[in-house]
Amino acid sequence: MKSAVIVFPGSNCDRDLAVAIREITGSTPQMLWHRETTLPDGIDLIAIPGGFSYGDYLRSGAMAARSPIMQAVVEAADRGVPVLGICNGFQILTESGLLPGALMRNAGLGFVCRDVALCVGEARSPFTSGYSVGEAIRLPVAHHDGNYTADPETLDRLEGEGRIAFRYAEDVNGSVRSIAGIVNARGNVLGMMPHPERLIEPAQGGTDGRRLFEGLLETVA
Amino acid sequence: MKTRIYVTLKNGVLDPQGKAIHHALDGLGFTGVNDVRAGKLIELDLADGTSDADIDAMCRKLLANTVIENYRIERV
Repeated sequence: MKSAVIVFPGSNCDRDLAVAIREITGSTPQMLWHRETTLPDGIDLIAIPGGFSYGDYLRSGAMAARSPIMQAVVEAADRGVPVLGICNGFQILTESGLLPGALMRNAGLGFVCRDVALCVGEARSPFTSGYSVGEAIRLPVAHHDGNYTADPETLDRLEGEGRIAFRYAEDVNGSVRSIAGIVNARGNVLGMMPHPERLIEPAQGGTDGRRLFEGLLETVA
Repeated sequence: MKTRIYVTLKNGVLDPQGKAIHHALDGLGFTGVNDVRAGKLIELDLADGTSDADIDAMCRKLLANTVIENYRIERV
């Protein structure tokens, strides 16, 4: 599987994400600096990591979404290439318009850093094919701006079209309708606040994140 | 040419920072504060002749996220 991890100034989960992709798919992703303007030919997966790109200046993900490489990412997503955005990556995907809505400051104002209970949503996508709908899993979160919001029409459309990938099973950050992750209409772009790449081996305390990459590998490769 | 851009959260969008400021004002004993909304002020120093359309495009493309924010342009 040919993949790339996009690296912005301030990304800090890029190496964790690259390790997870390498360990689970068996191929090492290319690390792609945000100033690049093209993606490798025949790419199977674009991964946008967590962190604090551009120090969260202006709005989380706002500056990164306007980076040179993002034009190529948007074009690849339109062609159907799977794009995975985790945490700051989710914020970048909403800021770039690839996913609807916005991620605002957590309702409790605090930075939330702990494992949380999640429920796998009904979205059909390469990213969720390794889980069953309604399955209870746990993944770590670590964010200050994870409070998902969108207008009621958008939320109804997301739910009506079965585009919720993950829901919080407990109160975490005030996200509307407990949304933790969503996919685009075609199902090839996923944005999620929890970190599956941090829970892929028993030594990390669990393996609930592993099946996201396994499912992806099975569908894509 | 100085131009100010005021970015504010849309009505109906919950503003956790505004709420926290409100609580802090209450804690300081300032009664009678009905509501607090926090926003941003961005000052631009623009070349003479920059068009309204260009400034509007700057707001829409970067300075404000129109999913959750409104903006107001004020030429100084």
